[in-house]
Amino acid sequence: MQNGISIQKHDGVHVPILAEPIDEVMLGERALSFTRRSIKKQSKLAAIYKCIEMIDLTTLEGADTIGKVRQLCSKARFPVTAEFSEELSHYKNFKAVPTVAAVCVYPAMVATAKEALAGTKIRVASVATAFPAGQILLETRLRDVRDAVSAGADEIDMVINRGAFLTGDYQTVYDEIVQVKEVCGDTHLKVILETGELATCDNVRLASEIAMQAGADFIKTSTGKVSPAATMPVTLIMLQAILDFYERTGKIIGMKPAGGIRNAKQAIHYLCMVNEVMGPRWLTPELFRFGASSLLNDLLKQVYKQITGRYAYEKSFSLD
Amino acid sequence: MAGLNSTKLHVAKTIKLYISGAFPRTESGRSFPVYLFNSKKIYAHLCRASRKDLRNAVAAAKSAQAGWCGRSAYNRSQILYRMAEMMEGKRNEFIEIFVQTLGYSSAEANDVVEQAIDALVYYAGFADKFQQLIGAVNPVSGPHHNFTTPEAVGVVALICAEKFDFSRFVGQIAAITCSGNSTVVLLAQDGAAVLAPLAEVFATSDLPGGVINLLSGFAEELAPHLAGHMEIDSICLARNDENMRAAVKEDAVFNLKRIVDNPANELSLAQILQFVEYKTVWHPIGF
Amino acid sequence: MAKVKNSAESVNGDRFKFEYAPAPEAIDMVKIKKENKLFINGKWVSGKSEKFFETINPANGEKLAELTEADAQDVDRAVKAARKAFNGEWSKISGKERGRYLFRIARIIQERSRELAVLETMDNGKPIKESRDFDVPQLAANFFYFAGWADKLEYLFNGKSVQPLGIAGQIIPWNFPLLMAAWKLAPALAAGNCVVLKPAETTSLTALLLTEIIEESGLPAGVVNVITGAGKTGAALVNHPDVDKIAFTGSTEVGKTIARSTVKSKKILTLELGGKSAHIVYEDAAIEQAVEAVVGGIYFNQGHVCCAGSRLLVEESIAPVFVHKLKHRMASLRVGDPLDKNTDIGAINSRSELDKIKKLVAAARNEGYEYFETAATALPEKGYFINPCFFNNVASSANICRREVFGPVLAIQTFRTPAEAIKKANDTAYGLAAGIWSEKGSKIHKTAAGLKAGVIWANTYNKFDPASPFGGYNESGWGREGGRHGLLSYVEVK
Repeated sequence: MQNGISIQKHDGVHVPILAEPIDEVMLGERALSFTRRSIKKQSKLAAIYKCIEMIDLTTLEGADTIGKVRQLCSKARFPVTAEFSEELSHYKNFKAVPTVAAVCVYPAMVATAKEALAGTKIRVASVATAFPAGQILLETRLRDVRDAVSAGADEIDMVINRGAFLTGDYQTVYDEIVQVKEVCGDTHLKVILETGELATCDNVRLASEIAMQAGADFIKTSTGKVSPAATMPVTLIMLQAILDFYERTGKIIGMKPAGGIRNAKQAIHYLCMVNEVMGPRWLTPELFRFGASSLLNDLLKQVYKQITGRYAYEKSFSLD
Repeated sequence: MAGLNSTKLHVAKTIKLYISGAFPRTESGRSFPVYLFNSKKIYAHLCRASRKDLRNAVAAAKSAQAGWCGRSAYNRSQILYRMAEMMEGKRNEFIEIFVQTLGYSSAEANDVVEQAIDALVYYAGFADKFQQLIGAVNPVSGPHHNFTTPEAVGVVALICAEKFDFSRFVGQIAAITCSGNSTVVLLAQDGAAVLAPLAEVFATSDLPGGVINLLSGFAEELAPHLAGHMEIDSICLARNDENMRAAVKEDAVFNLKRIVDNPANELSLAQILQFVEYKTVWHPIGF
Repeated sequence: MAKVKNSAESVNGDRFKFEYAPAPEAIDMVKIKKENKLFINGKWVSGKSEKFFETINPANGEKLAELTEADAQDVDRAVKAARKAFNGEWSKISGKERGRYLFRIARIIQERSRELAVLETMDNGKPIKESRDFDVPQLAANFFYFAGWADKLEYLFNGKSVQPLGIAGQIIPWNFPLLMAAWKLAPALAAGNCVVLKPAETTSLTALLLTEIIEESGLPAGVVNVITGAGKTGAALVNHPDVDKIAFTGSTEVGKTIARSTVKSKKILTLELGGKSAHIVYEDAAIEQAVEAVVGGIYFNQGHVCCAGSRLLVEESIAPVFVHKLKHRMASLRVGDPLDKNTDIGAINSRSELDKIKKLVAAARNEGYEYFETAATALPEKGYFINPCFFNNVASSANICRREVFGPVLAIQTFRTPAEAIKKANDTAYGLAAGIWSEKGSKIHKTAAGLKAGVIWANTYNKFDPASPFGGYNESGWGREGGRHGLLSYVEVK
């Protein structure tokens, strides 16, 4: 027996959506166990580099300007200065600092970011669907997605309809994701559950299932505009949902915790979690991302520390 | 048969064992005499229970225990109170036995019955309260609800004191059973004629058969079989015989029976708690 | 039912492998004396017979120190010292002052927590993350909890006053050396008893360090006496005529021997013995967390846990999925150097325990039960290690389903109905603990009511707290430790 709901697809076929119950306390204990991992020396440096590669460097402010976005793109391309790299290159375990996975901006800034990142492999992700609340008519949200895609976004980060979800209208949640996916075409779709508003573990798990069934390429915890944003337990629920979905369907879905991951230590804990829950297969930017802004600089500080043995200070790196 | 030596040729009552709610004779066909007090005149031939009777009694107690324990505490309370009512109704029968076989004065005998009724009423009233007095919600550190409740230990064997003490052993039976235990009682030899009216009290109190089983016989013969019986969870040993105590305790170790050694002669919470186990349940608190 | 695929399969070779570099805890702050004495009447004294025995580090088989083997004369000295203190100074001081000593001890434990944790891991073989995050914090918590009781004994039992029993002989096991010492010492002292404590012969070093802490606290001489030795020393303590109370934690076999040897005495016994606890997982369980609890339930502390969930009873409808998830989870367990902060499963405490476990595993494999073992790491070459393992589809009649292994070995059975689950769970001579996993509240309560076990973990497992009574039904022992009920084991109700 499995608890669950049924969703009707376009073609009239009903798909069952599993509703696995989650025990919050034991979930929390498992999540906490990853924070007890002690990652040292060469493991730490390798993990830090991997984390940098996994960052969706993000700016999502009302105050965003073309100047600000260009600045961010520049940081994405050159996290550290050439001079810095040169200084570090004299140490024996030096390795060139990688670039981040993507830059994440509002739709209006996609063209700017695209231009600033031209010629790099850094992708441009755009939040869409009336981010962060999504409380706008569907047509308008789809238009939002269409605009971002046509402006050149490589990835779309949409929000689910939490209002519909919380009233039990899972069909609407599903249908909307399907429609967004259609508009996206080949553009990668990350589906933001906004777990802070879903409130319960069971809801997070169910929403993950709906999003994956509806065609999400990634599922993502949060907009960063609601507290709590990403947490280890919530990410663990979603990772386990991804693993189960893979084992049932063979489809591989990515995971993006976003918001609240500010330092290298936290990021490494997440990396341990992915490693131990999912196995090394998911330890790639294709399948795991951090939605973050201040995380990058802390990772860079740790690079400096690991390579030189000295603690870095704020001024070692540009703010953004 | 009881009252063989009364002046009129009335119909005397055959005193049998009380097992599983029925009144069987001992399968062994053996008996032992109880005399009119201070005389050689036979009052009755009582069943001298064998180890097979004991085995049957334990089997009855075992099969009745879960059901009895599963009754609501309120229901057990009602049934114990009903026992007090039935004993009240048989007051004269008890008095007559005590006067005739133990030489009590009528007033003494009446007091003893009164005390036994008190004990039944006392524990009837305790059946649904001791849990609140000894149970606990434990303030553990962390997001868990944690509570401890007392639970019947299971099948309790009661080996009564050498010297017959009616109110004491009725009190012990009540203390044992009010929490949901079943019991096999080995009565003291000298007052064992009381088995007949006492069994009738139990049999007419809506008490499920097997919850209380009464045996008359010789403790020296039966105690080792009780002590070694693996279905018995606890032994209440009210006898003072040091050798028997050591032997019973030693055999009890085979399944680590709880030993309640010479319990105090009092009506109290402590008496009930000697026959309970504490179960602690944890459950997380979360969304 | 979900179709099961192996998620570990590889797609391409060029994959980031996240290896965890060794992260050993430093041992420099632990000072181990080469020869260790007995603590009697407030002084460190040599044993009368001047015999010593070795204690080793099970992670590498190397000798850590020598311990004094206390003989009957030493035991007698210790009991006499305890009696003197009990009749003298200790009985004169107030509950408030007794509490003050216990609070002090708790604080010093916290201050010296690293030292205690590292030594515990070296002497016992348990992972440092457990001694650091579980054993030592619980050790301190127990002293704090019972400290507060010392001046409140008039509230312990409704309507009655209580008195200490006198001299408590306490014999503790090797699986949680410090924590078991706390479970014994803290309530005994709070209630006003004096103590002769005997730690297990393979794990005495932390008990001696705890004794140093007790000494530092200024506790009056003779209130706590600590003697080291093996079974003979323990027997001398059990049989000493002036001991009023025996508290033993260990095997059911030894527990029974102790019970037999005291039948002619008035000694009061509490026994915390073995178990073969069932972990029931219903089909409506939170399955991922149930897997987690089953893993923690049996592999915590290398399975050297009396209440280990060593029998998994999983509802037949979810058994294949559950076992698959269990295997997946087990594959991330790291077996190895106990001092490494990333080690999940450390060393088996002794060569003889390892041999015993291996023998039981081999016997069950010979009986043909489906066997599985795994770990994320290779077993170290030196020391006493074994991979976590399970036997699937085991019959109730199998030895591996009835006998306490006391190691990281799980026996898996299935059931069809709640009634069958309860029946199978109770199909054991033991009755220490049980686990239940279901998201249905009423089912949990009915199952809990039907289980003959002293500790029921519903939707959790292996949780301990000083305030929570612990102890078993049937052959798992007599009495409770922990909480108000545990304290009652150390007093006479007047």
